[in-house]
Amino acid sequence: MVAAPQVDIGEYKYGFRDEEDYVFKSGRGLTRGTVEEISAMKDEPDWMRDFRLKALDHFEKRPMPNWGADLSGIDFDEIFYYIRPAEKQGKTWDEVPEYIKNTFEKLGIPEAERKFLAGVGAQYESEVIYHSLREDLEKLGVIFLDMDSGVREHPELVKKYFGTIIPYNDNKFAALNSAVWSGGSFIYVPPGVKIDVPLQAYFRINAENMGQFERTLIIVDKDAYVHYVEGCTAPTYTTNSLHSAVVEIVVLEGGRCRYTTIQNWSKNVYNLVTKRAAAYKNATMEWVDGNLGSKVTMKYPAVWLMEEGARGEILSVAFASDGQHQDAGGKVVHVAPRTSSQIISKSISKGTGRSSYRGLVKVYKGAEEVRSNVVCDALLLDETSKTDTYPYIEVEEERASIGHEATVSKVAEEQIFYLMSRGLSQDEAMSMIVNGFIEPIAKELPLEYAVELNRLIQLEMEGSVG
Amino acid sequence: MSGRNGTGNTPMFEIDNLHAEIDGKEILKGVDLTVNQGEIHALMGPNGSGKSTLAYVIAGDPRYEVTEGSIRFKGEDILEWPPDERARKGLFLAFQYPTVIPGVSMANFLRMAVTNVRNARAEAAAAEGGSAQSITPREFRRLMREKMALLKMDDSFATRYLNEGFSGGEKKRAEILQMALLEPTMAVLDETDSGLDIDALKVVSEGVNNLSGPEVGMLLITHYQRLLNFIKPDFVHIMTEGRVVESGGPELAHELEAKGYEGLRASLAETSAS
Repeated sequence: MVAAPQVDIGEYKYGFRDEEDYVFKSGRGLTRGTVEEISAMKDEPDWMRDFRLKALDHFEKRPMPNWGADLSGIDFDEIFYYIRPAEKQGKTWDEVPEYIKNTFEKLGIPEAERKFLAGVGAQYESEVIYHSLREDLEKLGVIFLDMDSGVREHPELVKKYFGTIIPYNDNKFAALNSAVWSGGSFIYVPPGVKIDVPLQAYFRINAENMGQFERTLIIVDKDAYVHYVEGCTAPTYTTNSLHSAVVEIVVLEGGRCRYTTIQNWSKNVYNLVTKRAAAYKNATMEWVDGNLGSKVTMKYPAVWLMEEGARGEILSVAFASDGQHQDAGGKVVHVAPRTSSQIISKSISKGTGRSSYRGLVKVYKGAEEVRSNVVCDALLLDETSKTDTYPYIEVEEERASIGHEATVSKVAEEQIFYLMSRGLSQDEAMSMIVNGFIEPIAKELPLEYAVELNRLIQLEMEGSVG
Repeated sequence: MSGRNGTGNTPMFEIDNLHAEIDGKEILKGVDLTVNQGEIHALMGPNGSGKSTLAYVIAGDPRYEVTEGSIRFKGEDILEWPPDERARKGLFLAFQYPTVIPGVSMANFLRMAVTNVRNARAEAAAAEGGSAQSITPREFRRLMREKMALLKMDDSFATRYLNEGFSGGEKKRAEILQMALLEPTMAVLDETDSGLDIDALKVVSEGVNNLSGPEVGMLLITHYQRLLNFIKPDFVHIMTEGRVVESGGPELAHELEAKGYEGLRASLAETSAS
């Protein structure tokens, strides 16, 4: 009814852009030449170049997925696939080009690093331009590098796992990433090492029509623990950008990995990400996935429960505001007996926004005594916003306990009235109800990120009523 | 007829010929009621007489449409004010059925409410050349704990989600806690006694009595005389079919208790016929 602007610059605080001053920028579009150029610039081993080229073949053959969000706005010929912003990576912020450093200052990264992080990787366009890891962790044998350095410095470890959790031909966008990947994180946590505070990566797109394709591989060895947090933003443009990451995680016996995302891309970014973890005996994998930004997001973090006692948990929050489609959820695959999982999804839709829950619970034959529970709640803020759910449950084993509940609710007028009768403005009342709705997930976040999530939602809520 | 303080000042709270409807159905059909500073009024009446509607309309519930008449608070017509402005100016309604707000802790909610109301009061005082304090988070926590102790509420209440899983009695206590923290000058309590056992009723009444004083006006809406054993009203009004049909002193409540609404109605009819 009301014409929705495609982007609302007023609401988004990270839409600023820097003048481009790059070492290298590829031409628009994707050819075999582009892929070979990227591989050559990175001076990669043959196996990686071959992997990229096989992936490119598959990408070209594979049709666009048509089962989910509308992707017709993506023009692969318009995208820049590789931009190197600086000659080398900084070990201190002073080694980072001034204007890029300023951008990360504005995003609060160095400050967060000083206050509560064990290590930081900062990616700008295609390359990680800054990386740090607390010294004591380095001494314990923890590896936290950008993926390119990982390939160079730890070839055996990388070769053993890279592309094994998410093969290059998994889906069209995983194939694209496998062909042109650059940046992302490589993490290895040695047996028994428990990292007490989070490691964080931050991804920033700056150029118009940029395609960012970082690649992350995390290996958590026996009885080890890591919490990895990623954040991301981009300038607001009237044309589309593309972010297509692949994240592979291996959690070995007794280990635990928590991966938290606060996705806040500008509203012209297609965010099409494949994330998957394999959890082995008594290991735990937890995805905490917050999607607030982007034009379209399609992302379903997955856990494969490979051995007895493995546990997977997916907590997903999506906020679809005007012009956005958040198609999010999670997948758990029970391969082994006595494994357990939980998916909790909370979505909020506003204006012309649409949120979809898409999830899979699969139990293979022989995976006895599996327990799984799925809860998805959708909250609609007005009459125009939309939500839908696609819960897939495939159970081949009789002795499985599978729970599923879904609710759709609207903010009740009487809730608003009640809060207003205590002196809260209509906007404050609405924000409070929405923050309460996502509280079960927000309370799982470290305080700093919970505050950030609340603040971002507050921002989205401004002027949402009245 | 209503409370008179014998002064010539503007009454603090004055409802005049109030008509209100919901979904096109008229519920209030010309309510007149005046509450002066320091007075406690009880409004009694049978189910469906419009008591709760009156409470909602006073608080500004958007479901109801006022078609005629006025409500004046300290001389100002409040009908155009949204509910939050009414609250900030010192009006309070203790709900009969408080709403559940999942995921919002009592403490977070109360801090925002108290901060907003205090800030508004401070601004108003400054505008008149006086001063009133806003509140720091630390002061707020101290104040909240103090009021909770008075109402015999466990500390864990602060971290529970607003009205979620509260028993009937807990909900009522939570309403009185909100009132105690917001310190209104005009409080309407809608059936705050319903569903309370005698111990809870005592605690709640104590909370109400703590707030009452020479600055505050109160309107207690109740179905039964029971509450009035604990809170002594200065005036009692009887409402039927959307109007206040009889007003008097505390003795009216006893008469009602003895005769019931039917009996009282009959004797009223007799009086007016003679």
